[in-house]
Amino acid sequence: MPDLKEDILDYIKEEYLDEDEDVEIGYETHLISGGFVDSFSMVSLKRFLETNYKIQIPDAKASPEAFDTVNNIVKLLNEFGIQ
Amino acid sequence: MAYGKIERDLFKTELNSIKKAGIFKEERIIHTPQNSKIGVVFPQGSAQKELINMCSNNYLGLSSHPDVVQAAHRGLDSRGYGLSSVRFICGTQDIHKQLEDKLTRFLGTEDTILFPSCLDANAGVFEALLSDDDVMIADRLVHASIVDGMRLAKAQTDTFKHSDMNHLEKKLRLHRDKRLKVIITDGAFSMDGDLAKLDRISRLAEAYQALVFVDDSHATGFIGKNGRGTHEYFKVVGKIDIITTTLGKALGGASGGCVSGRREIVEICRQKARPYLFSNTIAPVIVYAANQVMDMISKTSEAKDRLQKNTEFWRKGLLEAGFIIKEGQTPIVPVMLFNAGLSQDFATELYNQGIYAIGFFFPVVPRGQARIRTQLSASHQMTDLERALDAFVRIGKKFDILFKSKQEIIEKYGN
Repeated sequence: MPDLKEDILDYIKEEYLDEDEDVEIGYETHLISGGFVDSFSMVSLKRFLETNYKIQIPDAKASPEAFDTVNNIVKLLNEFGIQ
Repeated sequence: MAYGKIERDLFKTELNSIKKAGIFKEERIIHTPQNSKIGVVFPQGSAQKELINMCSNNYLGLSSHPDVVQAAHRGLDSRGYGLSSVRFICGTQDIHKQLEDKLTRFLGTEDTILFPSCLDANAGVFEALLSDDDVMIADRLVHASIVDGMRLAKAQTDTFKHSDMNHLEKKLRLHRDKRLKVIITDGAFSMDGDLAKLDRISRLAEAYQALVFVDDSHATGFIGKNGRGTHEYFKVVGKIDIITTTLGKALGGASGGCVSGRREIVEICRQKARPYLFSNTIAPVIVYAANQVMDMISKTSEAKDRLQKNTEFWRKGLLEAGFIIKEGQTPIVPVMLFNAGLSQDFATELYNQGIYAIGFFFPVVPRGQARIRTQLSASHQMTDLERALDAFVRIGKKFDILFKSKQEIIEKYGN
């Protein structure tokens, strides 16, 4: 079974990091408060999660805090029964 | 009175956290007209200091040009001070229509509508045009006012990596089922000074049946053969569906903006764009002077040519002196310092040596990308630029960053 954490991290690296960006991000990196994902681009992250895991994340749950680290995102997905 | 200690402390705490983050903004008070040399008082109460201004958007040097100032006087005398109305009630004079026509001809579009500012144009246009069947796909470095405008619209939003055409194409493919797809970009990016690849964007727009929106505020008047803007530079005049731009930078620098583009799109803005419908018309003084500016830049490219010469001198001088700059063609020239503290210290040293430029760092630019943004003007004399360059070199030597790689600067100062 593919690793949920790894899948999300891979998507974030591909979607949000530039090729020439010499930074490393991990499961606890602050994506939004750290400036890797701006709050505006968060919409595409939400859409990726909804499409990929066939869920609907209510706006109230799609807070910058919930999306701020890969570990937080995994916790959010766990609430929807995604392991 | 509801504004008591609790409320006051709440806001004080917020202000303190802004100060703690090092992003508290303070105004430097200018006691002269806008120009290549300005008299500044900072901090408050200190003596007035004459500085070479390397951070204004006065690209063509028209903000205090005598012909523009005289036109403003004529506007005041002949059309009055204010109109006390929005455009569609009793706020449209003949000069507003003339200015819209001149902008249409200059930009090579079908029609133009004035807004109180380009921020207002960007805030109003998407909400007026798009519904939830549509998608807006924006470059990640677009101006904040575009982000605000997109937030006000019902259409879906998406973004692509800065100037990454493969990523944009991926997004166009992802959203191919949408009714309208709008690719959104700045023409010249204000923090990096690079140009959007409008030739490739236009080709992608044709291939995927998308509309193209360009905010050309940092290009109108001086980019392209005749200064029409980024679309002229990339030879795609007539292919950009929506251009927004400002009168507040190269075109006289007062205020006002516009949406220019397809006839029907402009007409929808006249019917539905809220900043147009519910905000005052642009004052006659400004409109009269802007008409003069359009006549001047349509007649001669003298200011644009001088700006280009200044830009070439400045870019070449910085590179030869050993600075790392963001390369490009525009008069926006970021000098890369990478470290936020260094960018602040460098700007302070510049100020002490009579040069006015600002250090930018996260969150205004990406983390580890701190810089001094310099901007050229046609009003700079060669002696101004030589003096400014000397100061940059002296300070560069002091901080030991000349002919050093990005890695070496980061090792010395951190990022």
